[in-house]
Amino acid sequence: MGPPLGRPGETAIIHREPEYFEPPINFFAHIGRRILLTLRNAGRSLVMLGEAFLCLRSAFTKRVRHEVLFQMFVTGIKSLGVITVVAMFTGMILALQTGLELRRFGQEVNIGTAVAVVMMREMGPFMTGLIIAASVGSAIAAQIGTMAVSEEIDALELMSINPVKFLVTPRLIALAVMMPILTVYTNILGIVGGAIVGATQLGVSLTAYFDNATRYAENKDLYVGLFKAVLFGIIITTVACHQGFSTSEGAVGVGRSTRKTVIISFLTILVVGYMVTRLFYS
Amino acid sequence: MIRFEKVTRRLGGRLVLDAVDFEIEKGETFVIVGSSGAGKSVTLKHMVRLLTPDAGRVWVGDDAVSEARGAELERIRSRFGVLFQGAALLQWLNVGDNVALPLREHTDLGEEEIDRLVEERLRLVNLEDVAAKFPADLSGGMRKRVGLARAIVMKPEIILYDEPTSGLDPVTSRTIDHLIDNLRRELGVTSVVVTHDLHSALAIGTRIAMLHEGKIIEVSTPEEFIRSKQEVVRGFLDAQYITQRGTWETA
Repeated sequence: MGPPLGRPGETAIIHREPEYFEPPINFFAHIGRRILLTLRNAGRSLVMLGEAFLCLRSAFTKRVRHEVLFQMFVTGIKSLGVITVVAMFTGMILALQTGLELRRFGQEVNIGTAVAVVMMREMGPFMTGLIIAASVGSAIAAQIGTMAVSEEIDALELMSINPVKFLVTPRLIALAVMMPILTVYTNILGIVGGAIVGATQLGVSLTAYFDNATRYAENKDLYVGLFKAVLFGIIITTVACHQGFSTSEGAVGVGRSTRKTVIISFLTILVVGYMVTRLFYS
Repeated sequence: MIRFEKVTRRLGGRLVLDAVDFEIEKGETFVIVGSSGAGKSVTLKHMVRLLTPDAGRVWVGDDAVSEARGAELERIRSRFGVLFQGAALLQWLNVGDNVALPLREHTDLGEEEIDRLVEERLRLVNLEDVAAKFPADLSGGMRKRVGLARAIVMKPEIILYDEPTSGLDPVTSRTIDHLIDNLRRELGVTSVVVTHDLHSALAIGTRIAMLHEGKIIEVSTPEEFIRSKQEVVRGFLDAQYITQRGTWETA
């Protein structure tokens, strides 16, 4: 049967060998195994996340502070260009689509509210999450994956350096801090993008647009959006680091981990985003 | 010092170690040879519990490392220094920071003392003026020596070498052999070397073990090893142009 759910004794989050399974006896066995493996990986990711949180207590050493600042720089500054373009166009598309519909009812002046609320509640954290998952998450998975296949993770363990504390905790802090900051930036640019479209295409003055946007958007919209951003940061780090640690089979394995990081992060962000919205707005 | 008791391990559905038994004495250089995929590195990884046996036990002194966890495992592992096949240096740290890493993480030494120790260890492996360089700027042989400097920086009792000469030219390989031998004599460490380079094994080993199809089929001194009657051993010796009438016989 092979080792279906990992080997007792070996570190739960780090696999050192390609997993071997006998071919499933039928289609249902295959599906069952996929479900069990997905649950196992989710469990391992949560165990790793818990360990990373426990390491927070001892994370404020000079080295970790330096690493956190570096990761914040990578996450924030290096992603700024793509976030700027995506945020502006997201706001512009939102304003154009809602504005064209609202114009049929003579209500195009309300695009300020529509854009501000949608950006703050959903599109700001969601778009930022997708961009960071694709750029930073994949980079984290590739880096840790390369370290795993070149035995650097083994070397850390043998030096009694906890790989979770050394690699995961600084990235967790950096993404949990940078995601809300980037989301605020995305929100602002999205709303500005909407204002430009409103003024140039729909005949809504900037004063009317911003007056409308600030009058109906609530603080709660901002807070819930920022809460989502923090969660998305934690999700991206957890998925990327777990995939990185699970990498085996050389360069092919690194590519596979990177791809899986982006896919799993996207899906988890979508599902968690929906659940948070339901929790606060239903 | 290190004892394998009927250690069995399957990997990817294949039996890699089949009830392996052997013992390594304190202060010796024990070399494990065998063809690629014979399970040499797997054997090495069991000594520090990077892998655990399916059956059997691995002992380091009086400690069953194959069953150790947490603080006990850390204590056992602190007795080891390991030189990995690819050196396993952290690519984003320079040479000095790589060697200093265990000191910074586990000691309260000041930066000046750490710098002094790093310099001393680098000199011991015949490297100078490389502390500021990054691993990517070094040759394969230099990377291995940096890995060795990092492995010995905490003064371990046992050093494990995983294919220390693989991918190196013959001259650099012999330099690494001399280093391994010097470290044993100067620091009094126990060394376990995994290699398929028989020239290296015969030059540095106090005993040589041959791993074949998951079993240890020969454990002997270099002099006895080249006279072995075992067909597999003879084939291995012949493949590397080592004959009973060669230099090793007179040595």
